[in-house]
Amino acid sequence: MQTLSLLPQMEALTMPDPDREIFGAYVGDLLSWVMGRAQADCAWITIMSNVNIVAVAALADVACVILAEDVTPDQAVINTAEAKGINILRSTMPIYESALLLGSHI
Amino acid sequence: MTEPLTFHYDVDGENFTSAGQASVQVKKVLRRLGLDPETIRRVSIAMYEGEINMVIHAGGGSADVRIYEDGIEIILADTGPGIADIDQAMQEGFSTAPDNIRSLGFGAGMGLPNMKRYTDSMQIDSTVGVGTTITMRVNL
Ligand SMILES: Nc1ncnc2c1ncn2[C@@H]1O[C@H](COP(=O)(O)OP(=O)(O)OP(=O)(O)O)[C@@H](O)[C@H]1O
Ligand SMILES: [Mg+2]
Repeated sequence: MQTLSLLPQMEALTMPDPDREIFGAYVGDLLSWVMGRAQADCAWITIMSNVNIVAVAALADVACVILAEDVTPDQAVINTAEAKGINILRSTMPIYESALLLGSHI
Repeated sequence: MTEPLTFHYDVDGENFTSAGQASVQVKKVLRRLGLDPETIRRVSIAMYEGEINMVIHAGGGSADVRIYEDGIEIILADTGPGIADIDQAMQEGFSTAPDNIRSLGFGAGMGLPNMKRYTDSMQIDSTVGVGTTITMRVNL
């Protein structure tokens, strides 16, 4: 997790659980698909940035949320994530490139 | 047979940003009880989908959770519009969610199918104009 945030294309918006390990990834913006298909401990790559992603990330037990395309959530979303122990990173790259970069580091 | 642990939550139909609080609470309780992570995940996702459905489609409702030695029961009850065709609602991809809800990432029509998949049994009782009660059980 921490090594990811050191990459120039990635930035940790909040990292309350820095030692969490990432196993695999799931890409998607439809929340019920994520809850139905994402595996626990994966990185979830999305462009969805409203506050409901925090609950979804917590309940699906993903290791982190990666917001692609430089998507920036409201500060309230970041604060909620911090309080709930959810790691959120922001990637400057599109989804596919973000996934490739992630794949070469996990 | 010992008494089950019971929890009751009112699910606010107005506040969309805090939707899911009951499920997050239940997740904490299950963690404290030391249940295995996959069971916790199944229970909390199934409950969250049901909770969100009550917020989006029924204007809120209530959630009751009972934890027995051999299983967890979740009862979600609302007095919303009801579901006219349950078989259709259970199909993957069927959704009546409005556009403003879809733009938040809901409305894929995967919630009820997820609830069924993640639980060992699920029963929907619904009457149009009266409301919907969904009872789910996950065996321990
Ligand atoms: N509690 C409820 N009261 C009334 N109608 C409901 C209720 N729950 C579900 N429905 C109906 O069943 C449909 C399918 O529900 P489902 O949860 O599978 O999908 P969704 O909520 O539309 O989208 P998603 O869950 O993927 O975000 C809903 O669109 C709605 O028409
Ligand atoms: Mg739903």
